Amino acid sequence: MSLDIEKGEFVSFIGPSGCGKTTFLRTIADLEQPTSGTLTINGMTPSEARQKRAYGYVFQAPALFPWRTIEKNVALPLEIMGYPDADKKARIARTMELVNLTGFERKYPWQLSGGMQQRASIARALSFDADLLLMDEPFGALDEIVRDHLNSELLKLWARTQKTIAFVTHSIPEAVYLSTKIIVMSPRPGRVTDVIMSTLPADRPLDIRESPEFLAIAHRVREGLRAGHSYEE
Amino acid sequence: MTVSRLRDSQVFAVLVLVIVLVAVWYLGSIGLNWAVVSDRLSRDDTAHSWWDILLTTWNYTRPILPAPHQVAVDLWNTTLTIDPSSKRSLLYHAWITLSSTLLGFVMGSVLGVILAVYIVLNRAASRTLMPWIIASQTVPILAVAPVVLVLTYNLLTGQNAIAQLLHLNSDAAQLISKATIATYLSFFPVVVGMVKGLRSPEVLQLDLMRTYNATTAQTLWQLRWPTAVPFLFASMKVAVAASLVGAIVAELPTGAVSGLGARLLIGSYNGQMIQIWSVLLLAAVLAGLLVLAVGVIERAVVSRMGARPT
Repeated sequence: MSLDIEKGEFVSFIGPSGCGKTTFLRTIADLEQPTSGTLTINGMTPSEARQKRAYGYVFQAPALFPWRTIEKNVALPLEIMGYPDADKKARIARTMELVNLTGFERKYPWQLSGGMQQRASIARALSFDADLLLMDEPFGALDEIVRDHLNSELLKLWARTQKTIAFVTHSIPEAVYLSTKIIVMSPRPGRVTDVIMSTLPADRPLDIRESPEFLAIAHRVREGLRAGHSYEE
Repeated sequence: MTVSRLRDSQVFAVLVLVIVLVAVWYLGSIGLNWAVVSDRLSRDDTAHSWWDILLTTWNYTRPILPAPHQVAVDLWNTTLTIDPSSKRSLLYHAWITLSSTLLGFVMGSVLGVILAVYIVLNRAASRTLMPWIIASQTVPILAVAPVVLVLTYNLLTGQNAIAQLLHLNSDAAQLISKATIATYLSFFPVVVGMVKGLRSPEVLQLDLMRTYNATTAQTLWQLRWPTAVPFLFASMKVAVAASLVGAIVAELPTGAVSGLGARLLIGSYNGQMIQIWSVLLLAAVLAGLLVLAVGVIERAVVSRMGARPT
């Protein structure tokens, strides 16, 4: 089994819990070691890629530092990577604007809603401008209204930044709405049951989710999940 | 409105408790002093009613349990009416003890933090150091104190390179050797609290630092240390009280003539229970103030760190 992710793609990994989608993402990030097989990121091993700071990682929870203001949280990777002050300021302003949080720089995390906190954590992952963005169920803990909103925001952000995004989710509409490529996975043992290239246009308003094309792709994802016995138990 | 009512009810609760304690204390001093006092009065020629005996139990000069007002008067006379620089003033002795308490507390906290950082960063250190640290606290301090005091004092004043280098007078050497005992008692809660605190960041936060390829020092300073701050203050509150106990204990066995510990010892040699109780109360007040001071600093630091106001 071999899988390629092209530059600029938006790839979703979908499957039930226990299928290894999060583990796979963590392996790309060198947070976990593969038991077998090889994995290269622009020709580098995951460990080299991590040391080169080649990716930004967005976790399931915002994991903001409560003693830092939002702008200081966004500045954290820049401080650690030793960016000069002027550059730091510009980057903070730019990424805060990208995630629509301008005006909240001096707030502490507890003063923001869950959706805004997760947006701040996306800004933090974007601030040092890595080409690859790894997102592990970033909107899983949010309600559906906020999630819809953040999904369309994320598409706009992706269009503006031209990043390659690997996105883990267990929501079928989310995967279909966001992705150019959908990897359907199944558990015990974790494997890939289907790889779907999306035929949806690049410009996707929220109501594209009622179009026949969208529903056809969602149906195929569901078929893939069924083939992996994801609906049993 | 509700806040002030809550505070009022707290004040009320504390007041009731104090009144009950004082009442029990008065009753106790009747019971404990009765035999001595009635024996003493029976040797007079005049007859005494039980009321005379009762009043005398509260005002006897060498009571077994002095009455609260006797202790209060003694405290008043030895703190507020005497020049604080006089050796008869309890404030003078409290300052002697307080200075070694504070020095010991600072040294203990620093030592505790250094040990905790070392233990958290070094897996092997956790297994090799921790048993020794725990063992150090199982040794009865009263037994070790004289040994440590004599060793430290001689190291600081005797014929050796360290003493010649530092060139301390005997007061400073005494202060430092007493502070050593305070350090010995106060580093322990800080080590335990800070090991726990430095290990308390969430897994996600640690993973995040790893994705940035942060160095161990960066992770320590940017993540572990701020997370551990509440633990630091909790353990420093225990440590400052332990430090005071250490300083007082250090004044007992060396024949020290000043400090609260020395006053306690002199009081017990002379059977002066009133004096002992004054010193005990003053030590308790001092401990309370020290813990309060740590709490005030904690609140300032925590609010500067953007904590949600409660």
